[in-house]
Amino acid sequence: MTTLLEVKDLQARIAGNTILNGLNLTVNAGEVHAIMGPNGSGKSTLAQVIAGHSDYEVLGGSVTYMGKDLLELEPEERAREGVFLGFQYPVEIPGVNNAYLLKAAVNAKRRHNGQDEIDAFEFLKVARERMALLGMDASFLNRGVNEGFSGGEKKRNEILQMAMLEPKLAILDETDSGLDIDALKAVANGVNALRNPERAIILVTHYQRLLDYIEPDHVHVLSKGKIIRSGDKSLALELEDKGYEWVQEAASA
Amino acid sequence: MSTDPNNIESLVNRRYEHGFITDIESDSLPPGLNEDVIRAISAKKNEPAFMLEWRLKAYKHWLTLTEPEWAHLHYPQIDFQDISYFSAPKSDKDRPKSLDEVDPKLLETYDKLGIPLHERARLAGVAVDAVFDSVSVATTFKEKLNDAGVIFCPFSEAVIEHPELVKKYLGSVVPHRDNYYAALNSAVFSDGSFVYIPKGVRCPMELSTYFRINAANTGQFERTLIIADEGSHVSYLEGCTAPMRDENQLHAAVVELVALKDAEIKYSTVQNWYPGDENGKGGIYNFVTKRGDCRGDNSKISWTQVETGSAITWKYPSCILRGNNSVGEFYSVAVTNNMQQADTGTKMIHIGRNTSSTIVSKGISAGRAQQSYRGLVRVMPQASGARNHTQCDSLLIGKECGAHTFPYMEIKNPSARIEHEATTSKISADQLFYCRQRGISEEDAVNMIVNGFCKEVFKELPMEFAVEAQALLNVSLEGAVG
Repeated sequence: MTTLLEVKDLQARIAGNTILNGLNLTVNAGEVHAIMGPNGSGKSTLAQVIAGHSDYEVLGGSVTYMGKDLLELEPEERAREGVFLGFQYPVEIPGVNNAYLLKAAVNAKRRHNGQDEIDAFEFLKVARERMALLGMDASFLNRGVNEGFSGGEKKRNEILQMAMLEPKLAILDETDSGLDIDALKAVANGVNALRNPERAIILVTHYQRLLDYIEPDHVHVLSKGKIIRSGDKSLALELEDKGYEWVQEAASA
Repeated sequence: MSTDPNNIESLVNRRYEHGFITDIESDSLPPGLNEDVIRAISAKKNEPAFMLEWRLKAYKHWLTLTEPEWAHLHYPQIDFQDISYFSAPKSDKDRPKSLDEVDPKLLETYDKLGIPLHERARLAGVAVDAVFDSVSVATTFKEKLNDAGVIFCPFSEAVIEHPELVKKYLGSVVPHRDNYYAALNSAVFSDGSFVYIPKGVRCPMELSTYFRINAANTGQFERTLIIADEGSHVSYLEGCTAPMRDENQLHAAVVELVALKDAEIKYSTVQNWYPGDENGKGGIYNFVTKRGDCRGDNSKISWTQVETGSAITWKYPSCILRGNNSVGEFYSVAVTNNMQQADTGTKMIHIGRNTSSTIVSKGISAGRAQQSYRGLVRVMPQASGARNHTQCDSLLIGKECGAHTFPYMEIKNPSARIEHEATTSKISADQLFYCRQRGISEEDAVNMIVNGFCKEVFKELPMEFAVEAQALLNVSLEGAVG
């Protein structure tokens, strides 16, 4: 099995507050990992640090992605190398056409890989296919990026971007938050359709609910910036039943 | 107004840096302004008596005026006696002999803008005999225009060849009494363009095409007059996306448009004069008066401007909606970066019945630049059924720039419908990170966001120019982030 991502003893802070305290995580190709934990445990910080957000300062440890030191790369280089972050709060970019951003992103990656840029016709064809897969209306392409989108539309748009960019490692940060059940199902179906043996997916989530639809291979519980317990999907169910305090107590005992 | 002595010195020195070298050519006048200078300008141009009288009247009026200081602009006092008001075009021996002698940085910019090779030489001021092609192309255009009855010539030629038209329309939209710079321009204008479109004629080409190939250095006091006779139509494009070599620091142009009954004039500008360096040193001062008169019923005048250059921009292309059902439009993108300052906007004066106007202003500020939108919508008592929609958006990049809005409305007819929308936004770090996480570089992300912001205005530009204007914005904002 190929190791895609190896996080070792990662420590990071934002605005003077240390959030990650020696986090270890190994993710292999083809796997789906769920990272769960209470608010403030460091779930989103982990996602942002892997993506390279400059507000977060790495204090120690390492992140190795496909044998490379990921922390050395600029955010856009990480993206072109196949790291994708589905944002918890996708930002609106008024006036910029959704299709335009998508095409620019796809071409940035293709150039990076020494491929020719995709032409407009081919792009539209592929985009329409992927949108059908996600149950998205074609009019999405002509709207401003996330401009006036509902919560569900924004999350679906994230999954569309993932579908177009075909990342090797996708981190979906609370993709389930703020979704009604239909939207959740649509997003989960999209993610499931994108599962394959070469691709790893990290689901950052607060609730077990998402895992009813996307079945993880591994479940980790994060607390105070560390993974305190790992297991298979049954761990998520147990958490649902007993709450986070149960693991936290067990860990400190 | 700041009076830093160093600034004044550099301003003054700059004028001599390239302009007057040891062998002052007989065709140049020494710095200074008085009646004799104006007589000399008029004589050198072989102007008829009416033109000289007009100039002198303007000059006498100018003497009674003081420089306006109401604009939100700061610059050292200009010494008008330190400027030469007539200098013949540079002779070929002073110009670069070929592109090899041109500043490589300038050439790099042309490259980024996608300026065709044959145009680069002319833009960079390479000696005329090294610029091929243009003469024959221009002749072809000229024939086509002649066939349509369109008059399109240098202003100085129009004064001699078509004095009746010049007499009738010159100063009829922007009288010499209009303002300080208009009075100065009226007294000393160097040259410019004259356009007359006869009744019912649709000008067979964008006048831009011809202009871009043929325009010589028209000097710092440009005068343009465009008359669209009844039922005619013309689209005129002024300026160029490429940075133009120019040694004059002060520019004070006047543009007058007259649209008679059922006529339409579309006037597009791309202004990219030297903006000065990142500390604000050097750079063109651009004080322009542009006004269109929708004189006839159902006439329409549309201004579109993309302003990226100059250290100081003072410019308010306006429409007088005199004819019933006449339409005025103003679409503007203004970019200020580094230390640039712009005070720009429009005036829409509703006089006729059922007149309507649209204002879309997009201002982008980066670096330490300051930008102001200044607009006036005036509805006169007799202008029943007037409508105006104003949209005024500002985009800030970085923390040290500023955007200001001064909208004035004077509504004297109760039936008027006036709408004003204004927004101010910033390119946020979140937006940039979002784009970068998708693999798009920061610079490309800024360009994408800026172009999205300006879309409504760019779609008003002639097609090929819209593409160049986008590239121009990208170049203008280089280094604005990070």
